[in-house]
Amino acid sequence: MVEVLAARKQQVLEKGKDVFNIECEKPSTAGSVSQRACVFCGSRVVLYPIADAVHLIHGPIGCAAYTWELRGSLSSGPELHRLSFSTDIREHEVIYGGEKKLYAALKELIGAYKPNAAFVYCTCIIGLIGDDVEAVCAKVEKEVGIPVIPVHSEGFKGTKKDGYKAACEAAFKLVGKDDITPVSKTSINILGEFNLAGETWIIKDYYKRMGVEVTACITGDGRVAEIGRAHRAKLNVVQCSGSMTYLAKMMEEKYGIPYIRVSYFGIEDMSKALYDVAEYFKDETILHNTQELVKSEVNALLPKLTEYRKDLEGKKAGVYVGGSFKAFSMVKALRHLGMETVVVGSQTGSPEDYEYLKEITNEGTIILDDTNPLELSGFILEKGADLLIGGVKERPIAYKMGIGFCDHNHERKEALAGYEGMLNFAREVHTSVTSPVWKYSPARIKAAEAAQAAEAAQAAEAAQAAEAAQAAEAAQAAEAARAGKEILV
Amino acid sequence: MLLRHTPKEISERKALTINPAKTCQPVGAMYAALGIHRCLPHSHGSQGCCAYHRSALTRHYAEPIMASTSSFTEGASVFGGQSNMLESIQNIFALYDPDIIAVNTTCLSEVIGDDLKQIINRAMGDNKIPPGKTVMYASTPSFKGSHVTGYANMLSAIVQNFAVATGTRNDAITILPSFIEPSDMSEIKHIAEEMGIKYIMYPDTSDVVNAPMDGKFHMYPKGGTTKELIRQSGDSRRAIALGRVGVFPAAQLLDTKCKVKTDILDLPIGITATDTFVDTLRKIAGVTVPESINDERGRLVDVLCDKAQYVYGKKVSLMGDPDTLFGLAQFCKDAGMQVLHVVTGTPAGAKWDRRVKELLGDGTIVKSGAQADLFYLHQLMQNDKPDLLFGNTYCKYIARDMDIPLIRTAFPIYDRMGHSYFPITGYRGGLHLLIKVLDAFMDRQDRDAPEEKFELVM
Repeated sequence: MVEVLAARKQQVLEKGKDVFNIECEKPSTAGSVSQRACVFCGSRVVLYPIADAVHLIHGPIGCAAYTWELRGSLSSGPELHRLSFSTDIREHEVIYGGEKKLYAALKELIGAYKPNAAFVYCTCIIGLIGDDVEAVCAKVEKEVGIPVIPVHSEGFKGTKKDGYKAACEAAFKLVGKDDITPVSKTSINILGEFNLAGETWIIKDYYKRMGVEVTACITGDGRVAEIGRAHRAKLNVVQCSGSMTYLAKMMEEKYGIPYIRVSYFGIEDMSKALYDVAEYFKDETILHNTQELVKSEVNALLPKLTEYRKDLEGKKAGVYVGGSFKAFSMVKALRHLGMETVVVGSQTGSPEDYEYLKEITNEGTIILDDTNPLELSGFILEKGADLLIGGVKERPIAYKMGIGFCDHNHERKEALAGYEGMLNFAREVHTSVTSPVWKYSPARIKAAEAAQAAEAAQAAEAAQAAEAAQAAEAAQAAEAARAGKEILV
Repeated sequence: MLLRHTPKEISERKALTINPAKTCQPVGAMYAALGIHRCLPHSHGSQGCCAYHRSALTRHYAEPIMASTSSFTEGASVFGGQSNMLESIQNIFALYDPDIIAVNTTCLSEVIGDDLKQIINRAMGDNKIPPGKTVMYASTPSFKGSHVTGYANMLSAIVQNFAVATGTRNDAITILPSFIEPSDMSEIKHIAEEMGIKYIMYPDTSDVVNAPMDGKFHMYPKGGTTKELIRQSGDSRRAIALGRVGVFPAAQLLDTKCKVKTDILDLPIGITATDTFVDTLRKIAGVTVPESINDERGRLVDVLCDKAQYVYGKKVSLMGDPDTLFGLAQFCKDAGMQVLHVVTGTPAGAKWDRRVKELLGDGTIVKSGAQADLFYLHQLMQNDKPDLLFGNTYCKYIARDMDIPLIRTAFPIYDRMGHSYFPITGYRGGLHLLIKVLDAFMDRQDRDAPEEKFELVM
């Protein structure tokens, strides 16, 4: 039985066995080996893909160093987002304040790189020493004539989710700046798609084929000017709802743009995402194009998936990802590969999210909020998973246990969104689960030996039983013969 | 091209760091703590720090890196982190059962002024620390020093907490290595063992962050120096510090606290520095250098003779951590290479700058500390182009832009394997490093050779 900290008991649930509502959206228990990050991390991952802005991290060097090139958000043009800029706050500024240094750094930075906007991220320490970042940004903005936007992402202020909110507030300041550039009647914004491994390009291509214009992708392959005119699109399509629903709500309130929540992972969710947009516009051509697109993509995809499914049928998976929306899609996508999800959890799920996870998983599935490696590895072992889907810190844990792994975090190299993403996903899962390397895992060897021994024992038992049955039969026959004989005699 | 913005003209920057050549203290402290057997590093601050440090080490070593966090919230940041720390201690011993909790502080807990000593004493008073277990801490604010300083501070805290002088000397030699790879830790042990020397080395991350796959997830892999051995180091006959910036505070403390006389040497990278290390061991222990070690040295020298013309006179730039950089500089000098630039973000001090200059001469540009970053290094390289760059993974962008090979030798390395398994210290490490350099130059020569000059034998 896996040991769970008393304070975490309500964050772990076995479907069919436990009846309580999972506790979530609370800070991690002090002392746990949590897989979670901080407010700053949340802001950074959301705003990072805006490629023609500079992202200046106001704080000690660590915050900048660890988030430098942290996600593979690709850009089709400028690549300013991939450089690491920091005020490298030292003891001196901790005592006397960092405003002067921030001002000087911003001026040096904007002078050298000529960006279209600048984001200034406030880290823990800046919140504590009380720098007036707003004032410095306003001053520099006035002097240089580009938006200079503070991001209130002090690490201790909450969870990664609060960082998403801070990022939305910062991005919202860019929205509405451009009222001139024409925008089509059937145009949307994509929110919460970050162009990992080029996924934004796949999705944009689908919408293009449908006849829908994408005004802005916030923030994948993002540009300041595009976000500036996003307020005139007709619909917001929110993919990573955990990170961007807040921005969608702000845009709805101020500009009256409705929003829908979608997921681009897996066949059903991807198709639904396209149909939802098509139906919103009630345009015959768009609807027809969408039907054609989905039909041709799914028809091309399914036979290819069957090949992978042959080997994967009946295998079990564990899923532990940042956002729960991703977890939903993973459970469904794995089902297409014939795989059952036996452990599933997220870092930031809401009560409704966990309710939904309960709905779509089988009896006996372990559902986790904000887990730690000991728990996670324990449940993986207990449930006999063959694969773990997770992020950077989970990968070596899976490998050490001798099971396959698929990255569903910001470091992945394969696009997993869309229909071609589903195929990449299937290939990656197949490669990992069926890799010959696992047969060298001592745990697997032991398990195989045990299975073999059990089989042999079973066979021996069966042979013994057969022998006994034969003997009994012979005895019976002999008896009968004797009886017959007696009768005969 | 990602680095198209880097201008060739070097202008003075005062406030801005671009593409840092360092990171912050706690990650170094975490790494040092992992080199102690059954020790769980603990990060006293908000969750993000711990997550980042674990991610960085996980990517670098491709191993599960365990560390717990005090999980600060706004409340803790206002009212202090004492209750979080006390709760952490209780939870950690209840669930993860380490022998030692090694706490590193973050800039947050430092600025709010949490007194870890007082908190740990209180936990002890409240019987929250089980008998035989230890909670220790090192002060590692991120706004001072770098990851190397953090390593130095944790190593010094380890000496402070565990090394004890009982008055009776033992015959062991204590070895304190700077921030190096587990493979290098193994190589240093190998030399001592081959010479038949009784030693105590800490930290020792071999078999911790390069552990074999055995089908299980271990919270505490089998490696790491035990608490008992570290205790005995207080009685050791002598100590050797390998490296300076990453070891000096610990070496000094062992000397003053336990009166263990300490020789401070450079990391044994290359022939000269390894000779010094071996010779020092020989003198202290009163042994003769075994033939096997001489043979290892002989092989390194032999290969260098065989292919010296491929490295001789080649120009190189070096980026990384101060102690390793000094060793690499010495290695390059041994091989007849010309070092153009030496850059580390770690504020290594004027003395370090001076020593490197003394070693390499005035022709080398040496910069450490503020604004010594990869942007600056790239500018230097644009002005005086080297044939080869030593540095961490982030240097790959510069190497690509300059179209020169990169030898990954610093922290972090996120895109290649090998550093955890093959050393660069000792004679065998020197041979490995030399072959990497030769491969880089000879691959390049093959790639660039015109058809008529493309040769079979090199």
